[in-house]
Amino acid sequence: MSIFRNKDGKSVVLNIVKAIQDNKAYLGEVDGLIGDGDHGMNMNKGFTLFEKRFADKEFTFSKGLYELGNILFSEIGGSMGPIYGTIFMDAGEAGEKFDEIGSKELSIMLQAGMDGLCEIVEARVGDKTLMDTLTPAVEALQNEEDFLTALQMMKTAAAKGRDSTKDMAARFGRSSRLGERSKGVLDAGAVSCCIILTAMADGIIERL
Amino acid sequence: MQRILNNPDDIVDEMLEGFLKVHSDIVEKTDNPRVVRAKKRSEDKVGVATGGGSGHKPAFIGYVGENMCDTAAVGEICSSPTAAAFLDAFRAADQGKGVACLYGNYSGDNMNVKMAVKMAKREGITVKTVVANDDVASAPKDDRGKRRGVAGEIFMWKAGGAKAALGGTLDEVTEAAQKAIDNTRSVGIGLTPCTLPAVGHPNFEIKEGTMEVGIGHHGEPGIEVSELETADKMAKRMVDIVAGDVPFQNGDEVAVLVSGLGATPVMELYVLYGEIGKLLEERGIKVYKSYVGNYFTSLEMMGATLTLMKLDEELKMLLDLPVNTMGLTQI
Repeated sequence: MSIFRNKDGKSVVLNIVKAIQDNKAYLGEVDGLIGDGDHGMNMNKGFTLFEKRFADKEFTFSKGLYELGNILFSEIGGSMGPIYGTIFMDAGEAGEKFDEIGSKELSIMLQAGMDGLCEIVEARVGDKTLMDTLTPAVEALQNEEDFLTALQMMKTAAAKGRDSTKDMAARFGRSSRLGERSKGVLDAGAVSCCIILTAMADGIIERL
Repeated sequence: MQRILNNPDDIVDEMLEGFLKVHSDIVEKTDNPRVVRAKKRSEDKVGVATGGGSGHKPAFIGYVGENMCDTAAVGEICSSPTAAAFLDAFRAADQGKGVACLYGNYSGDNMNVKMAVKMAKREGITVKTVVANDDVASAPKDDRGKRRGVAGEIFMWKAGGAKAALGGTLDEVTEAAQKAIDNTRSVGIGLTPCTLPAVGHPNFEIKEGTMEVGIGHHGEPGIEVSELETADKMAKRMVDIVAGDVPFQNGDEVAVLVSGLGATPVMELYVLYGEIGKLLEERGIKVYKSYVGNYFTSLEMMGATLTLMKLDEELKMLLDLPVNTMGLTQI
């Protein structure tokens, strides 16, 4: 039953930011195959904006997620602004009351983010979106008490979910216009969501 | 890539700077750098707001002005404005009688508008939305709710904007805009792809000697890729697709809009219009008003869209009302 302290969570949030920055070009490539190619650019812009404003400040894990979400929501448009903005803001809000975060607390936070997202999007598992990454990742976390094991399982589930989008036909977003032609390529949102969850897990593991 | 650029990341803000300087008689800045407002608005009317991604000039800010849209939220290239920008567009358009938000059917815009409407409600601003879905090629007839909004949005803004200028209530304004879009159908043909300035290479392909029939404003694929045809055959395809959907019948009166996609010379648009005109005549469809030019573009894509709106007396009256915007001026 390992835990980390919410107030030590700044490095975890910055780890997520760095992962998006490192993958800017890759996300653009993935999105360019069936989307419009700007996913890496948009994500990088929002996460970097957060870094600029908050890197020198002290903040908790939950507050950091909330502020990151707020920047994405209010300054990055497209679909990703409201989608990731909602996930991070709602997850951050749900985590405010925790001093210590273990697998139960993190799963409550991510579940809140997912619930918020479900209110604004119709996509669910199987529609070739980031839901295919997020949903199984949150489930994996809920089914394991030991935090370290839970985080490893969350990473594995996220990667598996990401890979599952390859053979799906898109039903939402810009790639849905391609229908059957969207098969054979990963969904860019599912990829970025996996990058985020993996960086979050790795950042937390460092703190345990 | 031979472009007039500084830093590609700043292109939208730098475009806005130029636009606001040139058209200072029509539009003005607001507190939000990504929201522009019409300079002349009759007092005490229903607000008309719109918004969308950049790269479609004159859309969207080019249709802000007297008797059309009051405000427009501006997004990055091919990317929806933020919920915050839509909210500020509603605030800047509201005069206490509510706001009609007339926009195009894209997932990002839908999400951001939905959130902004919710936030506006909390502030006591009533916003009603009309979503344009005129693009025939983007979904089958029985799935019209999934269709994209393209150049037909211009007719929607014209009708809604005119109704608001004439003192219509919020319901009357949204009904007029809805009626316009319900009677409007469009189709596009793409000849070359376009490139996001910050990406630097096209992210979809239209092979030399081919054309993408039913292409969307962001290069979304349409109905089929066929061999490049002559203007008469291209026109026939377009008229068949558009007129076959509503359906437009013998004796109907229509407004026609032929828009270039950005890089096609206007000369060629007139060639296309000439062919379209003949085909409409053959069908017994009477052209009441027509527009040819770059009305709704996609960066430097080559190709054109055809939009038809079936008219009745009310739509004619709304279409005829004088308007003064960068994209459309009628005396």
